[in-house]
Amino acid sequence: MSLLHLLTLSPFLLAVLLPFLGKAVPRLHKGWFAAALSAFVFAMLLGYLADVGDGSPIVESFDWIPSLGISFTVYLDGLSLLFALMITGMGVLVALYSIAYMSAAKESLTRFYVFLLVFMGAMLGLVLSDNLLTLYGFWELTSITSFLLIGYKNEKHRSRYGALKSLLITMAGGLGLLSGFILLYVMSGTYRIRELFEVGAPLMSHPLFLPAMILILLGAFTKSAQYPFHIWLPDAMEAPTPVSAYLHSATMVKAGLYLVARMSPIFAGTAEWFWIVSLGGLITLLYGSVASLKQTDLKGILAYSTISQLGLIMSLLGLSSLSGIFDGEERLLYAAAGTAAMFHLLNHAVFKGALFMAAGIIDHETGTRDIRKLGGLAQVMPITFTISLFGTFSMAGIPPFGGFISKEMFLDSVIEPLHAGVFGLSTWAALFPVVAWIASVFTFVYSVLFVFRTFLGPRKKPLINKKIHEAPLLMVLPPALLAALALMLGLFPGTVAYSLIRPAAEAMMPIVTASGDRLPMDIKLWHGFTPALWMTIAVVAVGILLALTVRRWMKLYAFIPRRVSINRFYDISLRFFEHITVRVTSLYMNGSSRSYVKYILGFMMLVLGFILYISTDISYRVGAYAQIAPYEWIILLGLAAAALAVPFAKSRPVAIILTGSVGYLMTLMFVFLRAPDLALTQMVVESISVTLYLLCFYHLPKLRTERRAVRFRLPNFLVAIAVGVLMTLVALAVLGTNPFEPVSDYYVRESYESAGGKNIVNVILVDFRGFDTMLEIMVLGVGAIGIYNMIKLRRKATDVGSRHVSHEDDESDDVADRFRKNQYGHDGPIEVSRKKEPWINCVSDLNDKAPEQEKNSDSDFETEPDSDSESATDESRKKGGDLDA
Amino acid sequence: MEVVVAVIVGVLFAVGIYLILTQDLLRIVLGTSLLTHAVHLLLMAMSMLKTGAAPLLGRGKEEFVDPLPQALILTSIVINFGITAFFLVLSYRAYQKLDTTDMDRMRSESSKHRGRRR
Repeated sequence: MSLLHLLTLSPFLLAVLLPFLGKAVPRLHKGWFAAALSAFVFAMLLGYLADVGDGSPIVESFDWIPSLGISFTVYLDGLSLLFALMITGMGVLVALYSIAYMSAAKESLTRFYVFLLVFMGAMLGLVLSDNLLTLYGFWELTSITSFLLIGYKNEKHRSRYGALKSLLITMAGGLGLLSGFILLYVMSGTYRIRELFEVGAPLMSHPLFLPAMILILLGAFTKSAQYPFHIWLPDAMEAPTPVSAYLHSATMVKAGLYLVARMSPIFAGTAEWFWIVSLGGLITLLYGSVASLKQTDLKGILAYSTISQLGLIMSLLGLSSLSGIFDGEERLLYAAAGTAAMFHLLNHAVFKGALFMAAGIIDHETGTRDIRKLGGLAQVMPITFTISLFGTFSMAGIPPFGGFISKEMFLDSVIEPLHAGVFGLSTWAALFPVVAWIASVFTFVYSVLFVFRTFLGPRKKPLINKKIHEAPLLMVLPPALLAALALMLGLFPGTVAYSLIRPAAEAMMPIVTASGDRLPMDIKLWHGFTPALWMTIAVVAVGILLALTVRRWMKLYAFIPRRVSINRFYDISLRFFEHITVRVTSLYMNGSSRSYVKYILGFMMLVLGFILYISTDISYRVGAYAQIAPYEWIILLGLAAAALAVPFAKSRPVAIILTGSVGYLMTLMFVFLRAPDLALTQMVVESISVTLYLLCFYHLPKLRTERRAVRFRLPNFLVAIAVGVLMTLVALAVLGTNPFEPVSDYYVRESYESAGGKNIVNVILVDFRGFDTMLEIMVLGVGAIGIYNMIKLRRKATDVGSRHVSHEDDESDDVADRFRKNQYGHDGPIEVSRKKEPWINCVSDLNDKAPEQEKNSDSDFETEPDSDSESATDESRKKGGDLDA
Repeated sequence: MEVVVAVIVGVLFAVGIYLILTQDLLRIVLGTSLLTHAVHLLLMAMSMLKTGAAPLLGRGKEEFVDPLPQALILTSIVINFGITAFFLVLSYRAYQKLDTTDMDRMRSESSKHRGRRR
């Protein structure tokens, strides 16, 4: 356990302690704890900046499951540090922001901050772990916490829907990721990322290389919301705004990018990696920016914009993989794409965080996020306006903000493949700058519209009379800091270029620094009149034109068919699978316990039969040992006959008497099988049992006269016969097989010596196995209490019983539909009231009924529990008495 | 004798299982009783039958039948009694409440109850 381990795990620790801390200091908003912890971890991580910046990573190992080669190794290089600082830094700001945003009076804050802290810990573990399996574990943990946080307002249907969607999609990707990791292990024999880097070339020629790559990319693409897996991100906006700012723009969705960057040294240099990553990113970039324009919800705009920006970074990562196949100058040109990716990663976290928080402020102060209802807020919310302006300008790539620089670098990078001439790029390379330029134009348009529609122009009707003012300081401060940072990144990019960006980019492309050189940094505001600048100028010009005429061409969106969307595909397939699952399940889970008994018996027969069949050391003994006296034949045959007659008995009393006679014949059996104690006990028990049965009928005269034979059912009959035959075989097998020495001799020998009793059976019961007997008495006690409750505590028992019964559903036509309703349909006031009413009625019904029922049968059964418990004590008394004798 | 007992064990098991699979609640309870008897006989048969005197010391006998299964069975008899009593009262209450001991009709009765309440 090193300091780094402790830092990684500290959020989990605080998550455990938070409920108690909250109790100890109830007046303090719990967000302060989270903020303080993130600030502390952030500061500690800054301490590593110098070492890591020099290119010397820090490794600390801690054995976790050594036998499986799983260790919790933290590995802190430039890439991990960039992410870790982003996670903790944004963590501080989001926690501070949430203190003002989340009201302690209205919401369960402990839950919120526990989830948030667990997420932070998982995210830190994800970017710091060097072991693929621990990385995977943390990866899934981020998915789960994201699920919990999206569904934080679990009373809302949209929240639950969004949470489920994100969980299903990211978990599906996570499973792909796990299989990809396992394939990597199969190929290389190690789970450590560092060792995987060293394997190198033999890995590439392995037939499993491509499947592993695709599976890992599946994980990365689902997590980072790349097309066509992006559909969960817009629905994830149901989460509270601090969560959206933190998880769904700054950190968690970047986990996929982290993974791609982390895996780059293994996969880079292959055509498949290049095309999937860069083209996937490019498509997402274009799709996100186009789709963002038609959104009306502020957070919806930001969600699609996040998708698009993630695509941008993804395509940069793909382009940077070209650095693996070139040398010298050219290699550095492509490596610049990696630098751009890292820089844009940081920029995006900064400006998108600011924008999400600004959207949260607007929502908080005006009560709406619908951009159609907003307008003219600049006068009343000048600070928020400035924050949004800085954020959107950075996003649109307008100087002098950080986003401008990284956008320039991006445009530079997309032009570069024109000269590459590999992987079929000579024909397709033109695609990159064209798509990137179009996407940039759309990005510019939606950015500009975002801020101008919200803050400028006239106030819209719904809000015209509302008193709107600036948010409290604590709420404005974090986004203001981020906005200032966006400006600073543009004006003084050198502050982060050498300390943060370069180590990160170098860690991603170790091949560049293999010869000992450092990666040259070329991050500055003014590049001169490069092609990229001309492209930006064109973007701004066309963007302004489009933004001014937006009303004329927005109608074009109506032509996009809604019926073939991916969301629709998701909904339909989810419904389909639900339907199938319900159908298949109800096929065998039909609610009849008899069927379940049959399944259990069938499985038992399968297992027992199989064991009997395969075991070679089992022999069946068919020769008779003990002699059978003639009177014993009578008893044995009588036993069989009485048992066989039970199913044929038409009336119940006859069946009971037949069963009773089986019991009494058993008593006789015990007598001639030399078991006097058993015979005594059996006789007492059988007498009470039969009395009990008949007593039951005494009180239920209708049942006594009802005559109904057991209807013959062939399947039941076959099952019964099969079990009977199997048990006979088992009995014979047991007789013929004696693998162990019997332990009974010990009891015979020691009964008098150690325990001083002459009745061996009783000595075993009360002495050698005394605890068994004690627990046996306990079972009887529990039974007695149960019986007493059923008879005496009438009302409660019926209440519970009827509620249970009502949960069972009778067969109806569309089971799946009802299932869905149960699952999802609790929303809205109509459903709730309909669901509740039966219960209200049911309770009142019971209250009406209860007195008369009690009158009916209260006194009748009073003796029952008594006789039962009496008999229990009888038994134990008898045993004790026998022992004395 | 062991073989005969083994066959009877099979018969008791078959009848017990058959009764458990019927619809009548009372016969299910009877079935469990029969199953218990079957298990007891099986346990007895496991250690060979009549290999000596009853397991009581101080009567001048040297050879005894195996006492261990007897101890197990004794426990089982008592617990079985408790369970039978519980089952019986349970079915008694169910009959009082739903007016039937037929498992299938119990289901429809209970849904009828629900329907009436709604």
